[in-house]
Amino acid sequence: MSVTTDTLTKPALVRIDGVHKYYGQHHVLRGIDMTVRQGEVSVLIGPSGSGKSTLLRCVNMLETINAGRIHVNDELVGYRERGGRLHDMNAKQIAAQRREIGMVFQRFNLFPHRTVLQNIIEAPTQVKRQSKAAAKTRAMELLERVGLVHRANHYPAQLSGGQQQRVAIARALAMDPELMLFDEPTSALDPELVGEVLNVMKELAASGMTMIVVTHEIAFAREVGDTLTFMDGGVVVESGDPREIIANPQHDRTKEFLARVL
Amino acid sequence: MSLIAPARSTADTDGSGRGKPQMIQAVPVRHPGRWACAVVILAFAAMLAQSLVTNENFRWDVVGTYFMDVLVIQGIGWTLLLTVLSMVIAITLAILLAFMRESENPLFRSVSWVWVWFFRGTPVYTQLVFWGLIAVLYPKISLGVPFGPELFAFDTQDIVTAFVAAVLGLGLNESAYLAEIFRAGLKSVDNGQMEAAEALGMRKSRIMWRIILPQAMRIIVPPTGNETIGMLKTTSLVLAVPFTLDLTFATNGIANRSYLPIPLLIVAALWYLVITSILMVGQYYVERHFGKGVDNFVRIPVDKATAVKPAAVKVVTAGDSNESGVKEMEEKP
Repeated sequence: MSVTTDTLTKPALVRIDGVHKYYGQHHVLRGIDMTVRQGEVSVLIGPSGSGKSTLLRCVNMLETINAGRIHVNDELVGYRERGGRLHDMNAKQIAAQRREIGMVFQRFNLFPHRTVLQNIIEAPTQVKRQSKAAAKTRAMELLERVGLVHRANHYPAQLSGGQQQRVAIARALAMDPELMLFDEPTSALDPELVGEVLNVMKELAASGMTMIVVTHEIAFAREVGDTLTFMDGGVVVESGDPREIIANPQHDRTKEFLARVL
Repeated sequence: MSLIAPARSTADTDGSGRGKPQMIQAVPVRHPGRWACAVVILAFAAMLAQSLVTNENFRWDVVGTYFMDVLVIQGIGWTLLLTVLSMVIAITLAILLAFMRESENPLFRSVSWVWVWFFRGTPVYTQLVFWGLIAVLYPKISLGVPFGPELFAFDTQDIVTAFVAAVLGLGLNESAYLAEIFRAGLKSVDNGQMEAAEALGMRKSRIMWRIILPQAMRIIVPPTGNETIGMLKTTSLVLAVPFTLDLTFATNGIANRSYLPIPLLIVAALWYLVITSILMVGQYYVERHFGKGVDNFVRIPVDKATAVKPAAVKVVTAGDSNESGVKEMEEKP
């Protein structure tokens, strides 16, 4: 894949510098540094409890960080710097920052009382104040992209897990984010439904979307990822070209992990 | 790839080539105990019905005379008005109190907690008497600068009439109970809903109103229906204010004048039963509305912009190959 060389020259969209996160006494993230360039697909792998999901959630402030800095598009995430001090962002500013970042969850989290179409147009009409007609047109385009036009007027409970996750992706894309976060998007799916979601993600990556993907799908990392980061115990153990790391891991912990999941 | 599952029993469709499977024709379990119980229950019911008809102390003729009496019908009107207004106040306050209790703002949380503590912790009868006496405590209500000049002043008894006192007393007391019901409902909604909406850049107030509350209503409606029916009968306590036009007071008045308490109690009871039945029908529709997408899949009217003809369905993604894995849910009528 030639994407790697292209994206290496692009400017950084996400900069994570020395990030620490504690849950009480529990030190979950122990100084994470990471850069994601525009158009890059950055795949995070690691055993459960390694902090990869927590790191992803810090990027859009579903978790707050205790030390370090996260920048998205050269904007400090979650704080304002004034007079050499950090000030917490207020709810309005946080919401504004989140609009630029789409997120897809392991458990889909579609709104069950809304149809597929209503799920997708909710944020554009409520947050971006788009007209209903415009939002619907856009929603139908997105549904076509994820292959679910015929499910527009169904409720989430009427869809398979794979279809629900594709709707969740369409819902996130409806806000035209610059960055998409995927938190184990296929972990809650039956094995035969994983492929349809990964295909949508693959198509999205090919269209140039910047993505950070927490996953256990090593094949996806190898095929679609531009960088692979292996985390364990709250630190980045190894990071680099996915094909190289998977073929030739340098660290014992990486080797051990890959041996178990491959 | 038909989405309508064919009935499996039709000949030769199971692919085994063995034709129609032999359907099970099992003998059902017998329930002689049920039959015996039913006979006993029916016998008791018949005896009760017979006594209702033959026992002259019930004075059904008096029940008939007063059932549609003007005072009774007016009483029903006032009782309904008290119930509806106090529940409207209670529900409005309860939503506010539940949101405040779930808020990040410690001030809101404390205010909500103290409100519920006070109004739930003191008897409704006492509260009603208190509202009736408010004009004694505060003869004048004035609007003005605190500790400074006053702008408007009213006599309390002109504003807080017996009816207003009754509605306030019932509504504020009920708001405390409903606040806890609403809070339980809000808590029942999965955290992922809040996170998903937050990740879309929605603000908390809007998320609560548009995402969390509508889902919580599934849990909230049944106990709120309970509370409404309870309120219908609690309105008979308004004589504490005193407010003296409601159904119970009206039938009691007639009973005292005619020395016939039993038939007039029956009149009141029958009317409460009728109104409760109507409320239960209403609750059924409210529950159905908020069960959309979870308990029932009443399809929303397909609008023209998004209507898709089956022939026009294009499967774009390569991965969409397993339509057959989709569980088609049955649509309940």
